[in-house]
Amino acid sequence: MSNIIIEFKDVYKSFNGLLVHEGINLSIRKGEIMSLLGGSGSGKSVLLKELIGLMKPDKGDIMVFGKNVTQMKEDELIKLREHVGMLFQGAALFDSLTVFENIAYPLREHLQLTEKEIRERVAEKLRVVGLSGIEIKMPAELSGGMKKRVGLARAIATEPDIILYDEPTTGLDPMTAQRINELIVELQRKLGVTTIVVTHDLHCVKTVSNRIAMLHDGRIITVGTWEELVTSNIQEVKDFISSTICV
Amino acid sequence: MNILLSIDVAAKKFILSVGQVTLLAIKGFVGIFLPPFNLKLVLREIDNFGAGSLLLVDLIALFTGMVMALQTIYGLSMYGAEMYVGSVVSLSLVRELGPVMASIMVGARVGSGIAAEIGSMQVTEQIDAMRALGASPIKKLVTPKILAAMITLPLLTVTADIIGIFGGMVIALFELEIDRTFYIDSVLTTVTISDLLSGIGKTVFFGALIAVIGCYFGLRTGGGTTGVGRSTTITVVTVSILILISDFFLTKLFLVIF
Repeated sequence: MSNIIIEFKDVYKSFNGLLVHEGINLSIRKGEIMSLLGGSGSGKSVLLKELIGLMKPDKGDIMVFGKNVTQMKEDELIKLREHVGMLFQGAALFDSLTVFENIAYPLREHLQLTEKEIRERVAEKLRVVGLSGIEIKMPAELSGGMKKRVGLARAIATEPDIILYDEPTTGLDPMTAQRINELIVELQRKLGVTTIVVTHDLHCVKTVSNRIAMLHDGRIITVGTWEELVTSNIQEVKDFISSTICV
Repeated sequence: MNILLSIDVAAKKFILSVGQVTLLAIKGFVGIFLPPFNLKLVLREIDNFGAGSLLLVDLIALFTGMVMALQTIYGLSMYGAEMYVGSVVSLSLVRELGPVMASIMVGARVGSGIAAEIGSMQVTEQIDAMRALGASPIKKLVTPKILAAMITLPLLTVTADIIGIFGGMVIALFELEIDRTFYIDSVLTTVTISDLLSGIGKTVFFGALIAVIGCYFGLRTGGGTTGVGRSTTITVVTVSILILISDFFLTKLFLVIF
């Protein structure tokens, strides 16, 4: 139990009276890749946002590194976020900043680095995601896949202990999606980071996950490996898998 | 009962909004005095608000001054006092019309721009990303805009006052054929420092108001691009109304002070 790094304890969340989370309980071990699977609107992304304090649950506790995120003040949350990188669904790059400035952003906020060190770190992270030399480009000049990879470079810039991926392969062509999947696994192997991937892409889940948790009607209905998921007897899991033709 | 319930809900929403705007204004204003100070961001906003609005504000001021002069000459000629056109135009412009016209123009242009910029960032998760990367949207977005608007609007108003008075002079020269020196003298003897300060003083407040309202509606944007459109519209309407309402109270206040 000591290697558990993230823990959701009986988390409830509703929006305008609509219950999204109805007692979520989930533990994530240090260094594993956990995928959160579920249909659109099942509240997967909300869980990620709650994890770093961008949203507060109505009830329940979220423990990260043994500390309760729901009780943290803004300055404590900022310290926590130094150790957590997040890739947003649409990459969420800052439109008005270049690729370099986007990746340098968390470095300037969190770390006391010289300009030379920042330049080196940005170049290194762009190399990791296979996009060397695009520092001066603006986000508007990038394709969807490139934006995701720059978003990933920004998420890993501070070399965090936890990386959160919100729909990393949604809207991408199969080749680019595969490249992103490989990057997720590569980063976990190289850096040993704890990873949470929120997705409804079963191919992504199968490729990257150590364990998978499936959300349905506001609850986690199963947690297990890919093999356990596809052989599950739970009707909702069977329905979800059979409705996805590209398994 | 349904009507009463609706009124109750609307009143609660209104009070909640007022509270949220006030809180945002306090946080944004306090941010001016707390490190880290980012002068580059403030200068960028000043350039955006000031340089971008200068032509618009001065063009409106020029024609307002000219129309004011025409109407004043018409009104004063009934009493044979049309020679005082410079005094009336300058006093009206400096104390009231210049600050309010400039603020409404800037409010529409800058307020909607702020709401659209922050609203777009909100719907594309850039605000969440900013927070996730350890930065404060208040410090990075709201504070520089408030400070820039508080600096820029008074400066724009000074130019509007000068151009407006110049517009009045052009009309006076052509319509009344009065001497240019007489017009300028009547302006300088009529307008006092306290008149100028009471006008400019209001615009510091209007500037903060425009930035806060734009940021508030930008930050609460939801519902994709339609939501951004809604936020910009409501910002322009709210800013215009609030400028006119607060102008009344500020005028009362400044009449006591100056």
